[in-house]
Amino acid sequence: MVKVRVMQRNETGEMEELAVEPLIMTNELAELIGTQSDPVILEVERGAIRRYAQAMEDPNPLYNDVEYAKKSKYGEIICPPGFFGWPVKPESVAQASLFNQIINKSGRSTGMDNGGEFEFMLPIRAGDILTSVTKVADIYEEIGRSGNRLLLSILETTYIDQNGDIVAKSRHREIYL
Amino acid sequence: MARQIFYEDIKVGTEVTPLAKIATTAMVVKWAGATGDFYPLHYDDVFAKAHGVGKSILHGGLRRAWLVQLVTDWIGEQGVLKKLACYYIKVDYPRYMKTSSEPEEGETWWCKGKVTTKYEQDDNHYVECEIWVENGRGEKTTVGSATVILPSRG
Repeated sequence: MVKVRVMQRNETGEMEELAVEPLIMTNELAELIGTQSDPVILEVERGAIRRYAQAMEDPNPLYNDVEYAKKSKYGEIICPPGFFGWPVKPESVAQASLFNQIINKSGRSTGMDNGGEFEFMLPIRAGDILTSVTKVADIYEEIGRSGNRLLLSILETTYIDQNGDIVAKSRHREIYL
Repeated sequence: MARQIFYEDIKVGTEVTPLAKIATTAMVVKWAGATGDFYPLHYDDVFAKAHGVGKSILHGGLRRAWLVQLVTDWIGEQGVLKKLACYYIKVDYPRYMKTSSEPEEGETWWCKGKVTTKYEQDDNHYVECEIWVENGRGEKTTVGSATVILPSRG
């Protein structure tokens, strides 16, 4: 049974649950915890990798020089860590349904990327076909530094390649305004 | 690329080789196209002002990608990035363009890092760093951490 929680960061940055009435968080929102998106198929293309690396101005030849990459230990152009094929931004694909449900049920107007964590298990090469699935790991209300109430969600995504191996996992925090 | 760094070369407190970046409106547009993130907050000043951030701001993901480059440049081709965390604590504004290829004068961002711990586990040589992005005033706008495996001279 999921439960409505109000959290606050203590001096050491740890999250603590507070025994106060929630102002934003509801049972209806809490029921979304544990739900997951439909799988998204991501075809990892050389051109998409090159455009990503060019956009952020990373000249690493592993991302844009096929001959160089073929002679490397990878044998092919690889993705910069954090790139999983286009589009990258999770809410622009299947996670949209999760975001929209959170927004609709909370009455908030939009969500903003607050950061997150990646774990990288295996290199991702051009030509790989990934399947990603995103799960709502948590939704909670937080009391901010100025006493303001915030709504946050944690979305966890797992990326699996065409061999069935997990290549990466991400855990993303979103703030709803 | 710089020469390969080894596990034995570093100790707690060792600085990650800093990486300078100049964000421009052109870079933001390219990033939007390259990632598929077309939220107008990042390229429409009127929309951004109406949403309370003054003018259009950098994508968080772009700053995260810079931090990835900071780490991958530093660990070299024999190093492996295993974990990266990054959180956005301040907004950043790109420089406007003066010509089609040259930005206006303005701030330069620095991606930086410092080794916090190193250890051997399961025959691998791990190093953990704190990493961050500083704006032109030296304020941290993005903070995080990275865990990498480095080659060892054995």
